[in-house]
Amino acid sequence: MVITKLDNFQSIFLAFLRISILVFFLFHNTVMNSQLQIKGVVMGIENQEKEILLSNVNVFWLGSTIGTVTNEQGQFSIPYQTEFKKLVVQYIGYRTDTIYANRPNLGIIRLRNNTELEEVVVRKKVNPLQKSLFDVQNVVTVNSREMLKAACCNLSESFETNPSVDVNISDAITGAKQIQMLGLNSPYLLFTQENMPSIRGASQIYGLSFVPGSWIESIQITKGAGNVLNGFESISGQINTELVKPFTDKRFFLNLYANNFERYEFNTRYNHIISEKWATGLYLHGNLRNGEIDRNTDSFLDTPLANQVNVMNRWQYLDTEKGWVGFLNLQFLDDEKQTGQVLFNPSTDRFTSNAWGSEVNTQRLDVSGKVGYVFPELPYQSIGFQAAYSDHKQDSYYGLNEYDILHRSFYSNAIFNSILGSTQHKFKTGVSFTYDVFDENVNGGDLQRTDNSLGTFFEYTYDSLEKLSLVAGLRLDHGNRLSTFITPRLHMRYSLWDKASLRGSVGKGKRAANIFSENQQLFASARQINIIDNGGSIYGLNPEVAWNFGAGFVQKLYVWNRTMELSLDFYRTSFQNQVIIDWENPREISFYNLIGKSYANSFQFDFNYEIVQNLDLRATYKNYDVMIDYLSERLQKPLQPEHRVFLNLNYETLKKSEGAQWRIDFTFNWLGKQRIPSTELNPIEFRFSDFSPSFSILNFQVTRVFSNQFEVYLGGENITNYTQNIPILGSDDPFGSFFDSTLSFAPVLEATYYLGLRYKINTD
Amino acid sequence: MKNSLLFVLLISFSIQLSAQKKNKKVDFEVKGNCGMCKERIEETAIKLKGVKYASWDIPSKKLTLIINENKCTPLDVKRAIANVGHDTDKATAKAEVYDKLPPCCKYRDPNSLLMDHGGKH
Repeated sequence: MVITKLDNFQSIFLAFLRISILVFFLFHNTVMNSQLQIKGVVMGIENQEKEILLSNVNVFWLGSTIGTVTNEQGQFSIPYQTEFKKLVVQYIGYRTDTIYANRPNLGIIRLRNNTELEEVVVRKKVNPLQKSLFDVQNVVTVNSREMLKAACCNLSESFETNPSVDVNISDAITGAKQIQMLGLNSPYLLFTQENMPSIRGASQIYGLSFVPGSWIESIQITKGAGNVLNGFESISGQINTELVKPFTDKRFFLNLYANNFERYEFNTRYNHIISEKWATGLYLHGNLRNGEIDRNTDSFLDTPLANQVNVMNRWQYLDTEKGWVGFLNLQFLDDEKQTGQVLFNPSTDRFTSNAWGSEVNTQRLDVSGKVGYVFPELPYQSIGFQAAYSDHKQDSYYGLNEYDILHRSFYSNAIFNSILGSTQHKFKTGVSFTYDVFDENVNGGDLQRTDNSLGTFFEYTYDSLEKLSLVAGLRLDHGNRLSTFITPRLHMRYSLWDKASLRGSVGKGKRAANIFSENQQLFASARQINIIDNGGSIYGLNPEVAWNFGAGFVQKLYVWNRTMELSLDFYRTSFQNQVIIDWENPREISFYNLIGKSYANSFQFDFNYEIVQNLDLRATYKNYDVMIDYLSERLQKPLQPEHRVFLNLNYETLKKSEGAQWRIDFTFNWLGKQRIPSTELNPIEFRFSDFSPSFSILNFQVTRVFSNQFEVYLGGENITNYTQNIPILGSDDPFGSFFDSTLSFAPVLEATYYLGLRYKINTD
Repeated sequence: MKNSLLFVLLISFSIQLSAQKKNKKVDFEVKGNCGMCKERIEETAIKLKGVKYASWDIPSKKLTLIINENKCTPLDVKRAIANVGHDTDKATAKAEVYDKLPPCCKYRDPNSLLMDHGGKH
């Protein structure tokens, strides 16, 4: 027995040894590449389109004399040399090209004719989702190329291919998409448009759908405490959108979109450069949702009927000699939504119990301007002033509930930028002022309030140019409802070793919760509103105050000459005071200030790698631990998955000379189980289980670029057709006491397929 | 109290304006190739005491500085830059320093320019 066992062990050991030797040799071989040949085909482009095979082309390792020439078929083969990385491809009459030999088959290498007058632009493929190694703050920049991967259409839909932001559905009626970061809902995020606070107050829920995607140039997502320049309201992060600018944007742009649920979108931009100093742009967006869709046959529309007209006129001023820059924006929006039961007809059924229906009509006017002056002799010193005014009017009803809000807001900010000694020590300082007037009608109850705040800030930036950089900021504000308070924010970055950095941040935030506008979905239920007044200044409640702590690590690596990126981060938001939104009693929604603890821990792990040339993988795992002390007990935040997995695969073919290309994109989202607020008090037929099932959502998009002017895209969202079985409780008796559309954990709408086109004319 | 504070502020502001030597703009050519060179040149310059601002332009090879003339001279900057491998009209880098530069930064070799193929190089 013992001997056979030993024998067994020995043979296993030997087998193991053999395998390891084999593995070692294989590994050794691949690393050394002793016999590896690098192959490729060289073609020449003539007159911008015709491609011919080139023979006798010189191909040699850069910095050496080791080389070869191509044969009649344009093919070459050259032994791999570990000490060299780049191949030079040289032919008389053509432009020399130098390429990275990072794979055995280099495919077709196209040389351009020397006589072509057109400038050759050497493009390095820039990752459309940039996680910076060097930024002090944890910022993810989403450029317009990344935006093209998502279906369309507005800011709320721009985050679907981005793992830093979670997109949730706020309820089963309005179809509004909720953005979450670090396990906290969007009111805890500060939205800015070109660094001016934008989606806040009355526009908190629907505002993201008021920014057309095609107007956006890029988005900067800052996780954790933001900077102090934009105010004190950000708690879990900041999302800044930069719109296209008349001087740099395309001359003309047109986008059309349609989906299988009769949603149509129209986007156009026209820019005109008036003189060297002035340029203007006119941007127009219109959409229409015409389809009466009720696939789950609960008698309610799965997606609202809607239409929107959105117009913007921008003026840009640029005087580089004298150092003046300026912007002026005018925007007007009209948005109408109708939802509820399919049979509902607003003209006859409004405020009756014939059928349950809802209308949300919004008109919004935005005027904003910026002036900046850079001292011509001191490029590091500048003064900026910006101001914005908005008038937001929403008239709405949800069944028999009425909710109107008028929000007028003024914001202004002046910043002075300069240095202390050298550009290693920079500072920004200034003052800001905010004035908000709210006028709300909640079921006939008139609520008016005026909020103002005046503050001053100072931010210091240190860059050692080697290891350490930090941004430390401090604000002092006085608000009529928020009293006098200070807001500290600190961000640090430390380079550990090559291409690795460590980040940390701490910051405080404070805000007034607009309980009705931020939780409008409550009106689409039979829940009674219950505010536990404690004498506070906003709806009888005290403002929310929280600290956010974060730490992260990023490592970039070159594995087989392709970039691999690993990142880990952890954030904790800890509330000192909060307005708790308590959904735990199915007949009520309660608002009260926190007694006890409330925190949100979030952990994220990202892995990005270019698997083969032009095939990029992004994989993310996220874990959320969000606990709130309700009056009843401590519970996990409802409708918040504890685990989330995100995968994105993107493939692009090489660009042809005219820009022709295929782009294919897949996104997979897996959401773990979510706690559903208790429905125990309801009769058994109106109850949900305690937890939702876990589920996954799959989206894809294929883009065919025909030329630099024209492209067509086709895509699908939720193509596996995952929907919530019962999205609305009590849908057969919408005026009864068990009607509730707020417990939404999965999509309502089935697979959506869309088709769109983009046409653009560039400024020469 | 408030008035005197304002007065002090005004005085200090006007001192800054009148002492022109504190913000002297100078520019000169520095030999180099690429983005890595740019980083090296600017970093070396800005770390010198008295240098407030440094920017090296890749196409024109021109280094623009703003210096406090009471604290340093353009020659100080040229010497410091030569010490990390980059030549100017007044200071030449020693061979042993130059030889240690990465291949894409070896500006004395005309072939090195071929390496400038996008990216950070």
